[in-house]
Amino acid sequence: MSRPLFYSLIAFLIVTAIGTAWLRHIYTQIPFLPGEQTTAWIVEARIDFSAQGEPVLLSLNIPEDPPGFQIVSEQTASPGYGFSIVEYDGDRRGEWSIRTASGRQTLYYKIKIIPERSGLSGPHEPQAKPRIEPVFWEESAVVAAEQLLGRARALSSTPQSMTRELIKLLSQPEPGQNAALLLTHHPREVLLEKLLNQAGVPTRLAMGLWLEDARRNQTLTPMLEIYVEGRWIMFDPRTGRQGVPENLLLWQRGGPSLIDLMGGARSQVSFSMIRQTIPTLELAHTQYRESGFDILGIHRLPIEEQGVFKLLLLLPMGALVTVFMRIIIGLRTSGTFMPVLIALAFLQTSLLQGLINFVVIVAIGLLLRSYLSHLNLLLVARIATIIVIVIFIVALISLLGYQLGLNTGMTVAFFPIIIIAWTIERMSILWEEEGPWEVLVQGGGSLLVAVAAYLSMTHPLVGHLSFNFPELNLVLVALIMLMGQYTGYRLSELYRFRDIEQHVRR
Amino acid sequence: MNWLRHLRWPLISPKRLAEIGILGMNGRNIDFISRYNPRHCYPLVDDKLKTKLLAQQHGLSTPQLRLIIQSQHQVNHLAQALADLSAFVIKPARGSGGKGITVITQRDGEQFLKASGQALSLGDLQRHLSNILAGIYSLAGAPDIAIIEDLIQPDPYFRDYSYEGVPDIRVIVFKGYPVMSMLRLSTHASDGKANLHQGAVGVGLDIASGRAIYAVQFGRRVEQHPDTQRPLVEICPPHWSTILTLAVRCQQMTGLGYLGADIVLDAQHGPTMLELNARPGLAIQVANGCGLLPRLRHIEGLSQAHNTPHDCVNYAMQQFATFK
Repeated sequence: MSRPLFYSLIAFLIVTAIGTAWLRHIYTQIPFLPGEQTTAWIVEARIDFSAQGEPVLLSLNIPEDPPGFQIVSEQTASPGYGFSIVEYDGDRRGEWSIRTASGRQTLYYKIKIIPERSGLSGPHEPQAKPRIEPVFWEESAVVAAEQLLGRARALSSTPQSMTRELIKLLSQPEPGQNAALLLTHHPREVLLEKLLNQAGVPTRLAMGLWLEDARRNQTLTPMLEIYVEGRWIMFDPRTGRQGVPENLLLWQRGGPSLIDLMGGARSQVSFSMIRQTIPTLELAHTQYRESGFDILGIHRLPIEEQGVFKLLLLLPMGALVTVFMRIIIGLRTSGTFMPVLIALAFLQTSLLQGLINFVVIVAIGLLLRSYLSHLNLLLVARIATIIVIVIFIVALISLLGYQLGLNTGMTVAFFPIIIIAWTIERMSILWEEEGPWEVLVQGGGSLLVAVAAYLSMTHPLVGHLSFNFPELNLVLVALIMLMGQYTGYRLSELYRFRDIEQHVRR
Repeated sequence: MNWLRHLRWPLISPKRLAEIGILGMNGRNIDFISRYNPRHCYPLVDDKLKTKLLAQQHGLSTPQLRLIIQSQHQVNHLAQALADLSAFVIKPARGSGGKGITVITQRDGEQFLKASGQALSLGDLQRHLSNILAGIYSLAGAPDIAIIEDLIQPDPYFRDYSYEGVPDIRVIVFKGYPVMSMLRLSTHASDGKANLHQGAVGVGLDIASGRAIYAVQFGRRVEQHPDTQRPLVEICPPHWSTILTLAVRCQQMTGLGYLGADIVLDAQHGPTMLELNARPGLAIQVANGCGLLPRLRHIEGLSQAHNTPHDCVNYAMQQFATFK
């Protein structure tokens, strides 16, 4: 394969992997970092009213797709009441009903919301232009309204800027005569609506809730929305700030009323809220179960299979470390990928204990193996014998550990028995042919690689990424392939040839 | 604080190594072995029996083949088969790195004596053969066969230069040209084996004349053979151009572009091919005090190759002479 083709393949692998991971990250919000937390708000609406011993039907406007937030879950606490969520032409309402009730009643409606990632809420469908109700003023206000409007119009060019100017005129510390007169007769937001309607700008009132941690008994704040070219644009009627503030939850947009009550009286709604941090990963898994991008997620599998994959998906990292250690560092190991399997066993046992167990098993195995070499056995039979011996050693260590009260001793059973048997056999032959030094070099090299692989595989980031973004393993494949083309010196060769300078003939 | 002066950074810079032209393991594997050695030719050198039969076809001198042991049944009847042989070598056909090679120099009644004087019984030999058949020495543990061949009678020239084993000459041949060579002398430390990492002495030989350039043991310069105390710089093996020509012909018969040929001097038959290696090691560069890369690149850059092995050898002798 030619070089450019090779490198474009490598680039393709890396781009594909990172691209897929990025898309999945955006669409399912699985975080790239482990332990990432998301701020969630739990907002509770408490409705109090007195029932009069008749059938009760209470309907509360509840948020639907509030801008800047996502609803994660919603629930109600209302003993004895039936509850359902209904939609009346674009208006989402929760309805509580009961056959008879009397006395003070308290109903709760609770939602959990998280801030929405920016850029994801695509453009909304343009909405039809609403009809403007005719505006009527009291005799005395007509002129004031016209003058105020005239000033605002003179200072502005668009509906948005006119709205801003109107709010400014009304909010001056010393409002002019006209503004003061109008404000005595109307609440500010109603006055703004009337003025804008008169100027031909459709408006509506939205009710929002300022989110502050651990607040109780909050009420909704009216916000002004004006209709411009198919969209609703929000203004804070006090400051004139345009757009939806980050910490404002829009509870009601348009719609007839916040609360309707039949069969009761003196209804009152108050809100309390609390901020929570929850793991982003958990949130992503519960929330995006149905998303198309979720198909690639291992967490769709049954838990048991997930466990298997969690381990399997770590193997590429171990393989990468082995390739690096052999090609770039130049360590000699006994068996190419034996160290990775040993590292996998360490994952189950913990490092220090795994190391001790491994060395003990191999040492005892080597001792017994040296006796076997006198018995003149055929290779297959000898390996089989060693396998049985290894199993006995493992069982003994487990029993011993258990008797001594170290239930950790049991975990030696996770060692790959066959691999250990082969390791013992190889080491033994190595000992006979090349001497104990070579056994130490290769055994030590294997353990070093195993420990490096273990450390890389237990890194929380590696575990998190390999499990939640399995496609990122393609990047590892690309790196392994790149290293497979490395023709430079190994680190060990810089040591091996360190004296060459003195040998070179000049 | 004086001792601090003796401490030095234990690594050489890769830049300097490249200037000297040292070939590294990764470079050897990718740029030479995988580029010039077609996979299908490997069995010809990895299987010593195939190498031997091929050499016989091409009329190249190799030690006389006596027995091929392919089944456990033959092992059981080893005594009759060995009846006529007193000095012989047992080799696994697909062993690597000299593993599993047993040299019997003479018989003492029922006992077989190794070069080191260690006595082996018939049972020991049978166990060894069983191990070979089971594949203990072969790559990946595949079942193997054992071959038994005549022991080389070393040329008396090397009598004082070697301890126990037979000295052999490793010639690296690249695309028909001998590029570097080294004499390997076994020592007491190497247990009669000719592997440098086990303690054998490596003597770099001038391609032009065969004269010793330099000798190393365990990566350090030595002047004398550590066991026999003979000065090593005087070495200059006889039949030098025949040795190189034999190496080149071995390379050409296998179809491998980059090859190490191990050649011994037999007292009767002269230069004799012992075995071939498709992945020759890098220690030869230390013994020569010289990197392989410039020579390999030179051969790669030749616009027109020479026709006969003889011409190739002549060209290499001119081109790669160490002593001018």
